[in-house]
Amino acid sequence: MRFKVLALCAAISTLFSTAAQAQISDNTVRIGVLTDLSGMYSDLSGPGSVIATQMAIDDFIASEKPKFKVQMVTADHQNKADIASNKAREWFERDGVDIASELVTTSVGLAVQKIAKEKNKIALNTGTASTRVTNEDCNDVTIHWTYDTYALASGTARAMVKQGGKSWFFITADYAFGHSLEQDSSDIVKANGGTVLGTVRHPFPGSDFSSYLLRAQSSGAQVIGLANAGGDMINTIKQAAEFGISQKQSLAGLLVFISDVHSLGLAQTQNMFLTEGFYWDLNAETRAWSKRFFENHKRMPTMIHAGQYSAITHYLKAVKAVNSDDTQKVMAQMRKTPVNDFFAKNGQIREDGRMVHDMYLLQVKKPSESKAPWDYYHVRATIPGAEAFQPLSKSRCPLVKKS
Amino acid sequence: MNTQSLLSQLLLGLINGSFYAILSLGLAVIFGLLNIINFAHGALYMVGAFCALLAMQWFGIGYWGALVLAPLVVGAIGVLIERLILRHLHQLDHLYGLLVTLGLALMAEGFFRWAFGISGASYPIPEALQGGVDIGIMFLPLYRAWVVVASLAACFATWYVIERTPLGARLRAATERPQLTQALGINVPVMVTATYAVGVALAAYAGVLAAPIMQVNPVMGSNLIIVVFAVVVIGGMGSILGSIVTGVGLGLLEGLTKLVYPEASSIVIFVIMVLVLLVRPAGLFGKIA
Amino acid sequence: MRARYIVLSLVLLGAIAPFFVYPTFLMKVLCFALFATAFNLLLGFGGLLSFGHAAYFGGAAYVCGAVIKQWGLTPELGILAGAIYAAVTGALFGWIAVRRSGIYFAMITLALSQLIFFLALQLPFTGGEEGVQGIPRGRLFGVIDLHDNIPMYYFVVAVCGAGFWLVYRTIHSPFGHAMSAIRENEPRATSLGYDVAHYKLLAFILSATVAGVAGALKSLVFQLATLTDVHWHMSGQVVLMTIVGGLGTIFGPAIGALTIVSLENQLADRVGSWVTVIMGFIFVLCVLLFRRGMVGEFNAWRLSRRTVRDGK
Repeated sequence: MRFKVLALCAAISTLFSTAAQAQISDNTVRIGVLTDLSGMYSDLSGPGSVIATQMAIDDFIASEKPKFKVQMVTADHQNKADIASNKAREWFERDGVDIASELVTTSVGLAVQKIAKEKNKIALNTGTASTRVTNEDCNDVTIHWTYDTYALASGTARAMVKQGGKSWFFITADYAFGHSLEQDSSDIVKANGGTVLGTVRHPFPGSDFSSYLLRAQSSGAQVIGLANAGGDMINTIKQAAEFGISQKQSLAGLLVFISDVHSLGLAQTQNMFLTEGFYWDLNAETRAWSKRFFENHKRMPTMIHAGQYSAITHYLKAVKAVNSDDTQKVMAQMRKTPVNDFFAKNGQIREDGRMVHDMYLLQVKKPSESKAPWDYYHVRATIPGAEAFQPLSKSRCPLVKKS
Repeated sequence: MNTQSLLSQLLLGLINGSFYAILSLGLAVIFGLLNIINFAHGALYMVGAFCALLAMQWFGIGYWGALVLAPLVVGAIGVLIERLILRHLHQLDHLYGLLVTLGLALMAEGFFRWAFGISGASYPIPEALQGGVDIGIMFLPLYRAWVVVASLAACFATWYVIERTPLGARLRAATERPQLTQALGINVPVMVTATYAVGVALAAYAGVLAAPIMQVNPVMGSNLIIVVFAVVVIGGMGSILGSIVTGVGLGLLEGLTKLVYPEASSIVIFVIMVLVLLVRPAGLFGKIA
Repeated sequence: MRARYIVLSLVLLGAIAPFFVYPTFLMKVLCFALFATAFNLLLGFGGLLSFGHAAYFGGAAYVCGAVIKQWGLTPELGILAGAIYAAVTGALFGWIAVRRSGIYFAMITLALSQLIFFLALQLPFTGGEEGVQGIPRGRLFGVIDLHDNIPMYYFVVAVCGAGFWLVYRTIHSPFGHAMSAIRENEPRATSLGYDVAHYKLLAFILSATVAGVAGALKSLVFQLATLTDVHWHMSGQVVLMTIVGGLGTIFGPAIGALTIVSLENQLADRVGSWVTVIMGFIFVLCVLLFRRGMVGEFNAWRLSRRTVRDGK
């Protein structure tokens, strides 16, 4: 009996609180940046994403002069789903935060988008890789901005098979991201006439990859596909060099960021193919923005950093346009508006939450070809968005109406 | 699965095993002679690796210098720990020693995480040991071969000192019958401190050996410590020979498991531990029942 | 007499607290307080240090989350499922572990809990690194919607209250006295005719089951069960809470849980990794100087004051 009365009181009180929300709640938009600040993905996301978000907020206030205030809160999720989801819950329930963004690491992204749906807030995902964000786990409060495992596979894997790398062996990080990347890449390899000789899964995070590398070596595959990222990928490549594997077999980094190439150096990564959503040296616009970013971070931006800036700017513009921080209104506005900035031209947000934009097939330069630090890539091809990302017809997302 | 992959995985297993051997050796020495369950062993291994890293970054001291320096530094830390903290717990239940060293491990890990972040830094393989040899079944990196040699040499040396020299005899006497030994004029407290210091110095030595292979990061010890404990418990908590044999054996077993069911390689040691403790409660080579 | 007033004031405080303090924080404290109290039953009153209690806490969290998600069960059934899992696992592991004592007992419990960790990592329904996410809180008994924090809070209070009461009654029962006797002097208890192994096993099962209830409850509060809940660090955490609060006291573990959870909450954002350093430092300090824990030291101080006063 007591519970029912209490539940009734609680329900009535929430009615009162939502009624007052026609405008922007206490005239402040609060943006949460939930990333890996100190762990193995911190170079490709982390502090750089925080800087990118601050730049987006500052630029927005300077150019659009909104009537509302904008605040940023940040937290380190240490690549753990429970820390991330508890922090997101605290932000949404207690601190009045409107959106949780960045969300690098698949287990984090998937957990937070569920909390966002429960609390009716937005999950602006610029860091996660797995296609699950817009397939099995999709919901209407999540946008997947920068890249995903399908796009990476359709760039890198396809290019390598066309180059002659027909037989593959995968070394995979044993969690949702690795599985996603391995699955999408396998599909592309097979669809283009290649074969997958085997796979081995390593615990995440790993440290000693020697036994997995030996397995890959003994399989005799032409290409060893690395379905891992950040520190794991760097260590695998280093240890592959130690065991003399790179002499006979090609290492395909399926998710490589410019920060990884910088860490490893051109000598170890030269001629590697990779797919990214952004490169600082593409054109004058990207160079201008990246130079500003470099002044703050002392390192060139990765695609996550650029994507984060682009996404936050798009969000803030949508909030201003509808003059509200109500989740459904802002989401509708974001979906309606195409994305046109230095990061994406004619980018479009689909009903499954996927922001579709062009991706780039890049190849790492030889040390002799690089004129300056961070001058690392040849741009081999631009992959148009419609080709790069999984078509809606194949989508496993319940929100997509199949005609 | 052919002979080549079997042999190459076993060889890798041997490399990891000699690593486990030297780590569990330090733990076994400390428990066998001092009855202290040193949960800080993993953290001190990590501190040893960081000593090597910082020695290079701050003072330009290379690998070979670090092999000597790190054990000395960590040994000194061990002296401090024993005198200031562990000494007060001798008369209490073992488990308090375990808890206090667990607390120390947390402190060390937290401090290094704050200072260096969790992903850590890489440490280069010393020039003299770079490259490798093609031994037919695999391309064996020189450095990994060196790890086997260096670990087993240290293990043998320690075993020899404790079991076969007068110093070792005095040490064993001091721990079995402290009052009597003291009455005979041997400075027991100093021996106790020295033993702890040597035990953790061995951990630091292992840390320097590990630095070029694994990333030097603050949680490297925490991931290993429970495995090393399992090795010591299986080998017999007081037995030095037991921990060496079990350490190498575990490495080989892990290598085999990686061939068949890689995900289980981290768990196989615990299954063995439960089975051994049920059948032989004091471990394979243990003395007390 | 005074105990009754303490309990009454706690109940009152508990009733109004969620309107002043963030309810999710309070619920977290309550779950861990129950976990620590269950652990203390084994360690403080039974004298057995289990280093693998995360297996029951975290494992029950997974079981509860999985059955609710797969079969759409109501929350109380989910908690029951978690409790059954913990009881069965506790019985099995306890039977293996109580044959040994001291450090060997601790090591066996650690090894067995690592097996649970492995299962949590590898089994398909546990979700590996992601864990079991998005566990719906559902409707209690099919009627009361627990999605809102306030009704959920009262539910947590009710369950934890029942758990504390159960532990309290156990400690003050003949069974509890027998456990204390075994802890003080095992050979003497054996010579008096007590089946020591039997008592230890029963205490183990009870401790595991209550820990399981705490874990299942936590999975409903946070709607998540992850590897952190079954990791051996979690086993270490509960030892820390119990020792800081006071081994062998009734309220000690709960106070310890409140202290540790509050510290972590307040400090994590501000000082980052220093939280671990501070936790370690508290551990060291408690073991060296304040072995009786906060409540233990408080009791001793009260006793000494009374003795001084009465002795005049």
